Amino acid sequence: MSTQRGRIQITGFDADRVEQPDEAIWGDDEDTAVMSRRQRIIQQLIRDRFALVGVFCVLLMIGAVIFSRPITVAGIVVQPFELVPYDVTATGVGDRYEPPSLAHPMGTDRLGRDMFSRVLAGSYYSVTIGFIVTGIASTVGIIFGSISGYFGGTVDEIMMRILDVVFAFPGLILALLLVAVFGGGYWQLVAAFVLPGWAIYARLIRGEILKVKQNEYVLAAKALGARDRSVVFKHIVPNAIAPVIVQATLSIGTVVIGVAALGFLGLGFTPGTPEWGTILDAEQDTLMSGPDADWNWWATVFPGLMIFIFVMSMNMIGDAINDALDAQVDNINHGGGG
Amino acid sequence: MSLRRFVLRRLLASVPVLFGVSVITFGMIHLTPADIVDMMVANNPDATAADAANLRREFGLHLPIWEQYLNWVAGMLTGDMGEVYSRGPDVGGMMIARLPETIALGLFGWVFAILIAVPGGIYAATRKDRFGDHASRFAALSGISIPNFWLGLMLMAIFAVELNWFPVLDPQEPLLSREMLWWLILPGVTIGTAASANLMRILRTSMAEEMNKDYVTAARAKGLPERTVIIKHVLRNSMISAVTVAAFLTAGIVSGSVVVEVVFGWPGLGALLIEAINLREINLIMAITMFVGAAIVVANLAADIMYAVLDPRIRDEY
Repeated sequence: MSTQRGRIQITGFDADRVEQPDEAIWGDDEDTAVMSRRQRIIQQLIRDRFALVGVFCVLLMIGAVIFSRPITVAGIVVQPFELVPYDVTATGVGDRYEPPSLAHPMGTDRLGRDMFSRVLAGSYYSVTIGFIVTGIASTVGIIFGSISGYFGGTVDEIMMRILDVVFAFPGLILALLLVAVFGGGYWQLVAAFVLPGWAIYARLIRGEILKVKQNEYVLAAKALGARDRSVVFKHIVPNAIAPVIVQATLSIGTVVIGVAALGFLGLGFTPGTPEWGTILDAEQDTLMSGPDADWNWWATVFPGLMIFIFVMSMNMIGDAINDALDAQVDNINHGGGG
Repeated sequence: MSLRRFVLRRLLASVPVLFGVSVITFGMIHLTPADIVDMMVANNPDATAADAANLRREFGLHLPIWEQYLNWVAGMLTGDMGEVYSRGPDVGGMMIARLPETIALGLFGWVFAILIAVPGGIYAATRKDRFGDHASRFAALSGISIPNFWLGLMLMAIFAVELNWFPVLDPQEPLLSREMLWWLILPGVTIGTAASANLMRILRTSMAEEMNKDYVTAARAKGLPERTVIIKHVLRNSMISAVTVAAFLTAGIVSGSVVVEVVFGWPGLGALLIEAINLREINLIMAITMFVGAAIVVANLAADIMYAVLDPRIRDEY
């Protein structure tokens, strides 16, 4: 085995090549080299049991997002399944604060609503906002950072000062202010996390591009008369994308925690929305029952646990990708500096 | 470039950054649909439109936005952060009252983070790829993944409410008393957990990297005890990478303090910011945001300076 798990790799010795010397010498044209590197990364990911558990949990949660409630697009039912056993807003399906039982696996809340239905349906908010925010933020960041890194000079200088300003706000505080401006709600929250979130990708891809730009194939592409746009997006970005992928995987978790935090502060969604943070906000006074009274633990434990499991899964996947890509992506977390 | 010039240049570069932060924050507060006067009038059924107009004139909110902004800048430059409209004291006095609380919480969080992360990192690095390493990786990922407000709620439920080890009520003692430690522990642990987990991962990675280097083999060959090799050589050299993320982690602690202070009823700047946003207290929001922005700029600068001291090559990049 040529590689060892973790960040340290033994370089200069590749057991596969020793075993198949012919292929190493003759079969190593551009295509197979890329393929085998990709395969190696995938193989390493499969070997990483943390990552497998993470992928499994994330798939389960995506399943919950899709199948918990029927989806209709323009009046047509595209997804008829309904996994939630009770209507998420129906009060009094059980008594007030019923402990977990077969009928209500996660108990009931202060209005007698079924916690399991609410927690399951709540996956919709966190999971989709996490992916949408990361998708938009990374796209914007990649474009911004590529332009800045590729052109350099004054353009770069100005664009980097803009980044400095965004970085001077801790993410959650900018999101707080933005939610105060836009009000709560689904797309408002997306905006509130995209606006501070893109900067990290911009800085990351810029740094990578400064490295990749030096390569001869970039010069060759330019010499062949390729336009700037195609040089950047066909030649430079694909070779600089690895750390961005890792960052994106890891920041989905950050976004999900942020969304839940705003929900918890009462700023994210209207009270009663089955979003995990909002549920926690509504139920947090169950903690104050005192040492003698019973603690209705299910009302706060399950929503928080769901946030934790989803974020943990994403982080395990991101961490494993980081390990697999290895030396290329050192310093991935160092974005707050400078 | 000399270190002094390097620091000066970085300080100068932070001026436009803070200017940008102030413009963005000021602009955003003015974009909110309701302003402070609307909030005050909404709470008072007797107030008329004329009263609202009078209040706006009194607060200077009837002026065009750029004039309000210039007034604010002029105030800041002369050390006057404006007044808290809905309450008595001025913003400066309020900041001074709340700031030590947040700093105490943040420092406690940092101390906790270092106390856990350094031994944890050493443990993981010396057991690389063995069970201890995997266990610490799992622990660190959990620490990064756990939402701080939920962690706070759970710690409070278990250790304060159920076991009754810590006080449940909001802090009642003066900040610098020994009793206060009891109030500080739970929020401090909550705020330090993520930083601790991040730091542990970073230390583990960089220590594992250092341990493969020749000087470590040389030190071992000289017959130095493993303990000395790890602590005096490996750990010390790995600290450089820990220093570079210190600013990033400080930013995390600062933004974490907002939520954690709300959970624990801690009377610091974070909880004050939420109050200020809910009431649209412009001057208060501006002062806190500027302070946080400045803190992050300073933290970054401090990290860069430490880095430049540790590794002089970096100075040429600026």
